[in-house]
Amino acid sequence: MSANAPLVMSSGRAGRALLGLAALLVVAFLVFPVVVIVPISFSGSAFLTFPPESLSLQWYAKFFARADWLEATWLSLWVAGLVTLMATVLGTAAAFGVVRGRFPGQRLVVAFLLSPLIVPGIIVAIAVYFFYARLGIVGSPVAIALAHTALAVPFVVVNVSAVLHGVDRRLEQAAQNLGASAWTTFRLITFPLIRPGVLAGGLFAFIASFDELIVALFITAPGHVTLPARMWQSMRNEIDPTIAAVSSLEILLSVALFFVAARLQARAAGGGA
Amino acid sequence: MSARADPRGPARRAGPGWRRPGLLVLPLLAFLSVFYLVPVVLMLARASGPGLDFAPLAAALASGVAAQVFGITLKVAVVTTLATLLLGYPLALFTAIAPPRVSRLLLAAVMIPFWSSILVRSYAWMVLLGRQGLVNDALIGLGMIDTPMRLLNTSLAVYVGMIHILLPFMVLPIYATLSAIDGRLVWAAENLGARAPSVLRHVIVPLSLPGVCAGVLVVFILCLGFYVTPALLGGPGDMMASMLIAQEVDLYNWDLASAYAGVLLVVTLLIVAAFGRLLNLERVMGAGR
Repeated sequence: MSANAPLVMSSGRAGRALLGLAALLVVAFLVFPVVVIVPISFSGSAFLTFPPESLSLQWYAKFFARADWLEATWLSLWVAGLVTLMATVLGTAAAFGVVRGRFPGQRLVVAFLLSPLIVPGIIVAIAVYFFYARLGIVGSPVAIALAHTALAVPFVVVNVSAVLHGVDRRLEQAAQNLGASAWTTFRLITFPLIRPGVLAGGLFAFIASFDELIVALFITAPGHVTLPARMWQSMRNEIDPTIAAVSSLEILLSVALFFVAARLQARAAGGGA
Repeated sequence: MSARADPRGPARRAGPGWRRPGLLVLPLLAFLSVFYLVPVVLMLARASGPGLDFAPLAAALASGVAAQVFGITLKVAVVTTLATLLLGYPLALFTAIAPPRVSRLLLAAVMIPFWSSILVRSYAWMVLLGRQGLVNDALIGLGMIDTPMRLLNTSLAVYVGMIHILLPFMVLPIYATLSAIDGRLVWAAENLGARAPSVLRHVIVPLSLPGVCAGVLVVFILCLGFYVTPALLGGPGDMMASMLIAQEVDLYNWDLASAYAGVLLVVTLLIVAAFGRLLNLERVMGAGR
């Protein structure tokens, strides 16, 4: 927490009420479309209407009954799990190197590590597609995971470096003065201190891969697509309301992940566990 | 020095961590080089064409369609950035000055859409803006129109969808700088007789400029690469750069697609390089997602 006094404006009561109203309208614009999909997905008719004229679970039943939807979901979960593992390990190590190390060209290296966040997705997508086509590995789940890891790893680097900056080095020095090796110090002192950042980074990596569409559109093979790519096909071609059910499930997942992340970030700000 | 040191044993590594912690960057550097840098460089090399005469690049630069598409892309980016700033600043300001409980609630309301996928949010707008959608129903209910309007597959739908998706990227960095302002500066200004408008103009807005710049830059750059939302919500006249590139890939014009991609990449990197000092990715991405 900062030592600053909180920002309070005591003047301009009417102006603040107006500002509050504007803020409320903007928040409604942000939240409403996300929330309204959930009741719509329970529509009993063949159309998606709000409020639904009758309620049913038909679109959910369809999702769970269709092999293509379930296979896409499993593929996405599998790929995202692998991405989380690779991105967390590589990203945490790199964050240590960036925060603790001094080496030539450091700023350039950091810019390169974070660049997948700003390079347009389509550029990465077609570059990887051409590359994989040459290697003959288009459509392989591991190949999808490798491409997604490149996109997800900056989230780990950002989150872990943020907590690493806040670690009190004297705790590590104390451990080492008491005879702990570098690895023991990391295991018993440093890692518990940075764990909220590592977990938050892992969470971001998971969702970055699970939601990723553009790369998946190019490098998945027909009949073997990730969930977002399957949803895309459906939105473009069939306009199948099953998507409403899938979207609602994804929104629930996002809300759950948001609360986990918020707790992790509160713990990171509070100085570890 | 240390009396405890054993002269026969291996020297205990000095300092916490490894002697050369910088080396820990290498695994990720190697990984990204193989699965990200090399593919991008190989793709860019395609733009020189099989005859190494840069024919694809020349074709890309001379193409009237491409000029039009890049023009639309820039226009959409400018409008979306201004709109998110206009909508986002009041929200960020109110979140910063509201009591903690209200502020937490507002932040959650910004973060939850931020955490849901772009695809899901674009779909939500497809449903809302459709012919039988809630927006048309509401307009008819209010008596403003008689028959459903065509809202989906228009530029308006693209703007609404993109503003919705990018708004959190504007709110979060602005909120971060606003909440870091020392409240005593505002007390001081108010005690010296400044009213709310001049406190805003002379204290709060100038101190929030770093967050505004970060938000503007991030939103603008993300706009340039948008694909999903304009493809789902837009009409034939709303083709953006990413869609043009994807279309050329589908037509097997891989060299031309690479040339367009090269142009998009150079434009993006030039903007980042020009304003990169203002871009604190940790602030933008670390503040939430």
